Amino acid sequence: MGVLISTCAQGLIYAVLALGLFITFRILNFADMTAEGSLTLGGSVCAVLISNEVNPALSILIAALTGSLAGLITGILHTKLKIQAILSGILTMIALYSINIRIMGKANVSLLGKNTVFKIFKDNQISNFVVGFVICVVLLEILNLFFKTRLGLAIRATGDNEQMMRAQGANTDFKKILALMISNSMCAISGTLISQSQGYADINMGTGTIVIALASIVIGEAVIRKNLFLYKLIAVALGAITYRFIIFFVLNLGMNPSDLKLFTAIVAAILLALPNVQKVIQRSVKSVKN
Amino acid sequence: MLRIKNLSKIFHKDQPDEKIIFKSLNLHIQKGEFVTVIGGNGAGKSTLMNLISGSMFPDEGEIYIDNTDVTFMPEHKRAKFIGRVFQDPLKGTAPNLTIEENLSLAMLRNARRDLAFGINKENLAFFKDELSKLNLGLENRLTTKVGLLSGGQRQAVTLLMATLIKPKVLLLDEHTAALDPKSRDKILELTDKITKDEEMSTLMITHNIENALSFGSRTIMLKHGEIALDLKDNDRAQMDQHKLQDNFNF
Ligand SMILES: Nc1ncnc2c1ncn2[C@@H]1O[C@H](COP(=O)(O)OP(=O)(O)OP(=O)(O)O)[C@@H](O)[C@H]1O
Ligand SMILES: [Mg+2]
Repeated sequence: MGVLISTCAQGLIYAVLALGLFITFRILNFADMTAEGSLTLGGSVCAVLISNEVNPALSILIAALTGSLAGLITGILHTKLKIQAILSGILTMIALYSINIRIMGKANVSLLGKNTVFKIFKDNQISNFVVGFVICVVLLEILNLFFKTRLGLAIRATGDNEQMMRAQGANTDFKKILALMISNSMCAISGTLISQSQGYADINMGTGTIVIALASIVIGEAVIRKNLFLYKLIAVALGAITYRFIIFFVLNLGMNPSDLKLFTAIVAAILLALPNVQKVIQRSVKSVKN
Repeated sequence: MLRIKNLSKIFHKDQPDEKIIFKSLNLHIQKGEFVTVIGGNGAGKSTLMNLISGSMFPDEGEIYIDNTDVTFMPEHKRAKFIGRVFQDPLKGTAPNLTIEENLSLAMLRNARRDLAFGINKENLAFFKDELSKLNLGLENRLTTKVGLLSGGQRQAVTLLMATLIKPKVLLLDEHTAALDPKSRDKILELTDKITKDEEMSTLMITHNIENALSFGSRTIMLKHGEIALDLKDNDRAQMDQHKLQDNFNF
């Protein structure tokens, strides 16, 4: 039972990250590499603030704002300076590595004995689960509402067909920048939760997290295939939790923890390729029939 | 309504592959006028529309819409004056959004894209009304993703989106060329109906000489960066398709 709850709690924290990446990778069609940097940024900023006795909730908020600044920079590099999407993100991510070390003053900051948002109940696991659940549900509902507004709809349409949105009078650069800011503040929030739950922030905490988030997104999409926007968000969150259970399972089967990244990459690759493979198979079945 | 003065456009200027598309183009289109545009491949028809809509800027000259100088106004800013339909039916709609979401976006052309609800329930009856005029049964499929529609249906929705908020200028770039004959006739019929609006000027590019003469009230032919032929009224009525075709090939 304890394991179940702690795995769920972990999943909920990563669900925030997966939702953030869903905005860029799926809604905006923008492969945003900033994410790994802004996750660490959020984790570092929050850890430094908390270790200086700042209120944990306020620390999360401030960290989220710094995440949105990272998104802003990637957005400007891409839309105003016309640098390729993927490269813009990589540039910001690399720059953030140095910035994060400057923020922490060293490669990691411990939160041992400090107050965190997870310290509301006596039981650690229950706290992690309840707090993670509340934060995740609140953020999910905010996103759901936001993407139904005129502005949110315009962002979705920009990702879908930018040329059409410009012809419809929308400033698509602004829409992209805004989406990147929202996405990266989600990544930063996820980072704050990771460092608070593990008890420290670390300069490498973001490494490999994009693939984890992508795996979560595709797992979610494979499980829930509803078109309604709310269900898509829920699918992403559930995908993140499912991913944690899969990891828990394979580790128990005796997989070497250092092989996890390889395993995750393979799972993500298979699930990403699946729809296309299915199409090819269907087509060849048809041509054989003819 | 639409005034183009001494427009010049050169691609790859001052480079070995320099290409002069327009040297000094002048064109004046009245309010409510429906002009068909013909010309060989590469004559600059699409470029003209790109310059009018702002997806490209000219090297020299001026473009006015209703006495507003729009020559260098960003595309999304002048979009409030302009409706546009492209040849490719995929270009005019957002495939992953529903019909009602697409139409709602078109309704917002002149509005702020703020935090009000994207789909205004009061608009839905209006959408149904407008969709039923298309005679495609789309009025009952408001929540269908546009990506699931056929090319002809999508182009009809695009045409509706371009004119839902009446633009001052409607630009149609071979908007029926990618459709099957039946959808083509349908879209042309719709075009004819929509362009009856007396407040809106229309430019329609077509490679079909017969359509060029039978639709609208004026036909221009682009050739060597100039308006080689400008047919109106009597001249146009007396012009026959084959004679124009000969002229075209010359
Ligand atoms: N962005 C661009 N850069 C360089 N050359 C261009 C560009 N756009 C168009 N051209 C060139 O300008 C010329 C005119 O192109 P345009 O698309 O306006 O022709 P068109 O009259 O629409 O032809 P078609 O009937 O084939 O659609 C062509 O030779 C084309 O190669
Ligand atoms: Mg063309």
